Amino acid sequence: MDYQVNRKGYYGEFGGAYIPEMMVPNIEELEARYMEIMHSYDFKQEFVSLLKNYVGRPSPLYFAKRLSEKYQSNIFLKREDLNHTGSHKINNTIGQILVAKKLGKTRIIAETGAGQHGLATATVCALMGLKCIVYMGAVDVERQAPNVKKMRMLGAEVISAVSGNQTLKDATNEAMRDWINNPVDTYYIIGSVVGPHPYPDMVARFQSVISEEMRWQLEEQVGRENPDRIIACVGGGSNAAGAFYHYLDQENVELIGVEAAGKGVDTNETAATITLGTPGVLHSSRSILMQTDDGQITEPYSISAGLDYPGIGPLHAHLFKTGRAKYLWATDAEVLDSALELTQMEGIIPALESAHALAVLPKIKLRPEEITVINLSGRGDKDMETYLKHFGY
Amino acid sequence: MNNRINKLFQEKEKNILSVYFTAGYPKLDDTVPVIQELVKNGVDLIEIGMPFSDPVADGPVIQGSSLVALQNGMSVHKLFEQLKDIRKLVDIPLILMGYINPVIQYGVEAFCQKCGEIGIDGLIIPDLPLSVYEEEYKSMFEANNLHNIFLITPQTSDERLRRIDEASSGFIYMVSSNSTTGAKEGVTDFQNSYFERISKFGLKNPCLIGFGISSAETFRNACQYAHGAIIGSAFVKALGADLSLNMKVSQFVKTIATNV
Repeated sequence: MDYQVNRKGYYGEFGGAYIPEMMVPNIEELEARYMEIMHSYDFKQEFVSLLKNYVGRPSPLYFAKRLSEKYQSNIFLKREDLNHTGSHKINNTIGQILVAKKLGKTRIIAETGAGQHGLATATVCALMGLKCIVYMGAVDVERQAPNVKKMRMLGAEVISAVSGNQTLKDATNEAMRDWINNPVDTYYIIGSVVGPHPYPDMVARFQSVISEEMRWQLEEQVGRENPDRIIACVGGGSNAAGAFYHYLDQENVELIGVEAAGKGVDTNETAATITLGTPGVLHSSRSILMQTDDGQITEPYSISAGLDYPGIGPLHAHLFKTGRAKYLWATDAEVLDSALELTQMEGIIPALESAHALAVLPKIKLRPEEITVINLSGRGDKDMETYLKHFGY
Repeated sequence: MNNRINKLFQEKEKNILSVYFTAGYPKLDDTVPVIQELVKNGVDLIEIGMPFSDPVADGPVIQGSSLVALQNGMSVHKLFEQLKDIRKLVDIPLILMGYINPVIQYGVEAFCQKCGEIGIDGLIIPDLPLSVYEEEYKSMFEANNLHNIFLITPQTSDERLRRIDEASSGFIYMVSSNSTTGAKEGVTDFQNSYFERISKFGLKNPCLIGFGISSAETFRNACQYAHGAIIGSAFVKALGADLSLNMKVSQFVKTIATNV
């Protein structure tokens, strides 16, 4: 089975570039040049050097001893939360800002949900001295206030998206409109494996450093490259894509994505796209999305701003369709329990997004000899207000 | 069977006025009355907007009218129901304009057949890529005598212009600037040099200029370079006013089409 994007930009039946004519020149230019740029000697040197010396990679692979004891198996955490800016998002923004520079762009735009991608974009723009505009849903501006302040301090302009449900989907709409209105000097750093081809493939490649490191770290620590299972949360799906990437062809490694069920998959307040969605086109690619019979996109809900999205990257739609990966879900309540469990058993406060991956541990059968890697995509600093409200500390 | 769009361009070479509005706006049942009023006031072509929840190529005015229309209960099924007898009422070319996802959910083939039955003459689907259209949908459009109208922009390369001209039938929708709908006002020298470039390019299809056409002045200017122009956001804005429908439409069309 082939899990890579084909020459036309599709993963099986999913993907493509359903873009209005106004975006064609930018997308064609990017498609024509991204592979050549990514494979150039200059680019690779700068990318690797920045990941090491600026981001702090490799991120540790940590054997979670007490968690393992509780679940009577072997659980490792891939510590993306320890990256500069606090999540895996920086891997992609470092890559894309270098691409933007090669393309001669001077103005950077981005969308953000939890603010982690916005923060990572504002950070690399400060690093490169480029103008940065971040679109963020008005609801998210409110619930992720610390990240908004950080972005502004880094010199970015944060624009509140007031259309729709005022969350990630609406921020993405606004970023696309900005690009249509500013096609010459502007580059759009998309934060997940979504959007028109070649974004899903390019972002997955930048995030693939996660599984690349996992292979040698596991070899070093347990004497084999392959775990039995990898678990990652999925909104658009970039950290999962990175954690799965080098294991896609290793069919004996079980791949599990965890979606945000919000208040439950049987309620209207959920973001479990694969569980509840159907095929369609959103944000310029054909994938699985939450929609009405009439093809209107449904407003999602999750306690986690980063997973509050009614679509999913086309790679994941394909992995689901082919059965290569399994997609489970976790509710807000389960997620809060898991976040507290990790905090008190391992001394790590996870991001709400990443706590979704932890929340399925009680739901799956783990054998004592098995090795499970959980991609801990981000840290919980930005979620302190939500945690304090729920736990009452 | 002759398509009404071709007939229009055969009969009228200059100053064609095409007007866009969102179906189901301002009220759900306004769709047919708006069409009738536009025809009564001498409009040449009508683009009926199918509202979508996430209209990325649209500015605030059409985002707003789309939201209201959806809240009013507009859907593709509802629109076809409203339009089922439209050919007993009006004879000018009618085009449906909207985003691809609702069309896919309806079923592209069934959608095209329904358009054919009703007497729709063309579709404008900005996020349907040329390559997908040619490979998957072209035969369905043609079987139902439907023109697919493509957009070009100031950034469209000569090579792509030729490809789009080749794939087009009916007319080409010339987007006046790098923008979402209704975003920019007035006409710049940059736009006029782009209009000039296209008018001298020798396209085989006629062109209508759209985006940013909002007044008699901008309409007149566009008509110097193309067969006519398209007005969308400015009309939708006018529809939002607190007046009777026939007043709103007749006043608006008069302000645009004076001295042409």
